[in-house]
Parts: sequence; structure tokens; C-alpha cells
Amino acid sequence: MDPEHLKSLIETGIPGAQVSVQDLTGTRDHFSVQVVANAFAGKSLVEQHQMVYRAVGQELTNAVHALQVHTTVPEE
Amino acid sequence: MSSELKQQVEDLIVNNPVHVFMKGTPEWPQCGFSKATCDALRSIDVQFTATNVLEDLDNYRATLMDVAAWPTIPQVFIGGDFVGGCDIVLEMLRNGELEEKIGALTEE
Repeated sequence: MDPEHLKSLIETGIPGAQVSVQDLTGTRDHFSVQVVANAFAGKSLVEQHQMVYRAVGQELTNAVHALQVHTTVPEE
Repeated sequence: MSSELKQQVEDLIVNNPVHVFMKGTPEWPQCGFSKATCDALRSIDVQFTATNVLEDLDNYRATLMDVAAWPTIPQVFIGGDFVGGCDIVLEMLRNGELEEKIGALTEE
């Protein structure tokens, strides 16, 4: 998957999120993403990761083989 | 992803107090993460049911992604709720949350 496409999927799914995507292997199927969003406030880490996975959707089960997720709430 | 399988998966989650979707069976796990997850549950004497997703891997993976918003196997559900995969369950075993969650189940 195009890293820019992955970025836009997450930005669309989590409005207001700041997303940076790193292609870990240069093969466009192993990515690490950093997502900073107010929407994570008050959510457990599992729930935060579920929000990211939900945003990427079914492409995660085929076009993406591995996705490392790092989520944070923006600092005040 | 078939709607038939989705219904089956949802029924398994709702009807079993502790259910694991895994690669292989508890007696014969086919993946280290699935084995470690079963071992964690067994270590505190939890009775659980399990589904071998290898019977229809792509279909189960897509269905579980839809139901739980989680892309990897194994997946553990307690009291109808998605709890996590291997890393999370091991962490919950370490910090006592796993036992707490199971305990809350039998009190209800």
C-alpha cells in the first residue's frame, strides 16, 4: 500500500489526527505509524489501537502485512 | 468475509464466558503466540473454549477484523468483550487484571 494512502485512511477515520507513517522494509507492506489525536483521550491503549485498525479497515488483512501502532494524546 | 461466519463468531463470543480464536487447538497450538495465550489462561486455571482459525484463515481474519477491529491472531474475548491478543493477555496476567476480569465473570 502507498504510505500516503495509509496516512489518509487514518486521517479520515480519526478526524483531527496527526499521522506519520514509516515504511519499515521499503516493500510497502510493513509499516509503523505514529498517531496523535485528541480522540484518544480517556480511551485504553487497546481502544486507541482499535480505532487505528478500524480506520485502516480490511486492507489491513490483505495489503498490509504488519503494522506497528503508536498512539498518543496531544500535550496541552 | 461471509455474513454466516460473522454470525457464528458473534455467537461464540456471546455464548462462551472465555473464548479464544487461535491458530491450532489448545491441545495442539500451531503458533507460539496462540500457545502462549492458552498457557496464560491455563496458568490461572481458566476454563476456555477455542476456535481454530486455520480451518478458514482468510475468512476468520477478515471477520475478526470486522467484529473486534483487531488484525492479528490470537484474540481473546471475556464475557463477550474483546480483551486483546497475546501481548495484552500476558501483560494482564502479570498485573493481575486477567484474574480480576475472570473473577468478575463468575460473580455475575
